[in-house]
Amino acid sequence: MKYETVIGLEVHAQLLTRSKMFCGCRTDYADSLPNTHVCPVCLGMPGVLPTINGQAVEYTVMTALALDCTIAVCSKFDRKNYPYPDLMKGYQISQYDVPLSHHGWLEIEVNGRKKRIGITRVHLEEDVAKLLNRTDPSGETYSLVDVNRAGVPLMEIVSEPDLSSPDEARLCLMRLHSLLRYLGVSTGNMEEGSFRCDANISLRSGQQSFPKVEVKNMNSFKSVYLALRYEEERQRKVLEEGGSLVQETRGWDDDKEVTVAQRSKEYAHDYRYFPEPDLPPLILGSEWVEGIRAKLPELPVARRDRFMVQYGLSAYDADLLTSARDSADYFESCLKTSQESRVKSLESPSLPHRTLDSRLQTPDSRLRWRAKAVANWMLGEYLRLLNLETSQESRVKSQESRGGGLQTPESRLQTLKITPEHLAGMLDLIEQGILSTTLAKQVFEEMFHSGRQAAQIVAEKGLTLISGTEEIAAIIDQVLRENARAVADFRGGKEQALKFLVGQVMKATEGRVKPDLVSIQLKEKLG
Amino acid sequence: MKLGREEIEHIARLARLGLSEAETERFQSQLSDIMENFDILQEVDTTDILPTAHVIEMENVIRDDKVAPSLPQDEILANAPRQEGGYFRVRAVLE
Repeated sequence: MKYETVIGLEVHAQLLTRSKMFCGCRTDYADSLPNTHVCPVCLGMPGVLPTINGQAVEYTVMTALALDCTIAVCSKFDRKNYPYPDLMKGYQISQYDVPLSHHGWLEIEVNGRKKRIGITRVHLEEDVAKLLNRTDPSGETYSLVDVNRAGVPLMEIVSEPDLSSPDEARLCLMRLHSLLRYLGVSTGNMEEGSFRCDANISLRSGQQSFPKVEVKNMNSFKSVYLALRYEEERQRKVLEEGGSLVQETRGWDDDKEVTVAQRSKEYAHDYRYFPEPDLPPLILGSEWVEGIRAKLPELPVARRDRFMVQYGLSAYDADLLTSARDSADYFESCLKTSQESRVKSLESPSLPHRTLDSRLQTPDSRLRWRAKAVANWMLGEYLRLLNLETSQESRVKSQESRGGGLQTPESRLQTLKITPEHLAGMLDLIEQGILSTTLAKQVFEEMFHSGRQAAQIVAEKGLTLISGTEEIAAIIDQVLRENARAVADFRGGKEQALKFLVGQVMKATEGRVKPDLVSIQLKEKLG
Repeated sequence: MKLGREEIEHIARLARLGLSEAETERFQSQLSDIMENFDILQEVDTTDILPTAHVIEMENVIRDDKVAPSLPQDEILANAPRQEGGYFRVRAVLE
């Protein structure tokens, strides 16, 4: 029997507010001692009065608008009751039947085909306390409770079960993640738990749907993918072997790479929601909502499409560059800087324009050339050097804590030594025929480590191109004399021999000539 | 609406209350009385009336995202029956 996979996601993201959802305690608890960001409100003392943090509402509405959701004119908060030590009050303030927003969608691209994933709702709630499980010397297990996290604004995004493979789920999650970071509403840090994902997965065969399993405890994009792939396979096997599935919650074990049935919280699903009596309803005026809509930044998908049209980038490059706001901003800064430098260089006739080829003659084709060049450097050498650095760091780091979660080298662009001005400066040198692309790699690496300007490095190391035709001719003559055999081969019809000779000239000049120039001159001499 | 014995036991379990035999019987009759009062309310025709989530006529009580001081750790933990290294210590619920 053939089975289809049905997946829906439930994402929780901590919002980047300064204070908690219903009280003034700080939200930056990551490096704090336990129970130091706590007050009577988030501790759930009797008689306290929670008050809604307006910024959290704004961030949630921003996200909902970016996901094309309908914003509820009138919404309210509800108490979700369940007994568990991570809940100080015995209930969590959440939203039940009237969430802040509903019925949106998010677009993902599956094998070049666009697919809309429905967003059921985006609502606002509060985070719960953190529990640490311990065992005392007698073998008795207990928990330690840190209330710092309790009450931090938590946005919940629920998708429709529109995803039909673990890969689609991963793509959808990455899109959501990049969206939240674009909007600046969440750090999206999965390892620290600021961005969490649960998934519902079930199999379907024709009209028949099998029980769904909720998978929890996945703390990286990779574990979401692996857990769903494992679960898909596990369910298929159970059915194929004639067994039956039960609706249950399973936890992903990152080390063993399996999902394990979790003992469900007793009666956990009997939440007895009722309206939060301490919080009056939220009425969101359309003027206020439209004001937020107007403030939305350009979103990743729109920006990707613009990059393709305006700069002529491939879908692949545009996708990578716009996956984080930092890297897209960096990319555009490089181009902005280069346009400025172009104006400058046109104004100062002393700068040479020896090899400006036809590709660069119109402003539009020049922009496209520069765009492609910036993209290549950012996605090539930049990432290579960054990953090298990251892997060295994580090797050290992994001795302290378990590493290997989400890596976002793009987010480190700001702290890097090569500024957009630096990269644009290097491209100017290439464009002006002062520096070859081959040598530029050397220059780039030096810039990466030292933060110095390309022109400075080039001058110091003598990496400028040999531009004198006579000087090149002399070197070519010498290479021809030393390689009589290859010369004979070429004249005998072996095209390959020319490449060899070009290589020899490059070697003799330590790469300081343009290979296509050498090739032309060689042909002239041999022809 | 009469509540059955199982319903009383279920509610008690949800609220983590241990009830004696006598209490179960007493609450069964008292809670049933309360529910019967709701049955009377249910008789009112509310066809054209919007649902009420809140009885006070207020809306949008919102504060600015401003940080206010928290309490010192020792005060937070002052009422805790057990504590350890700045944490509340509680019995493990699962596992």
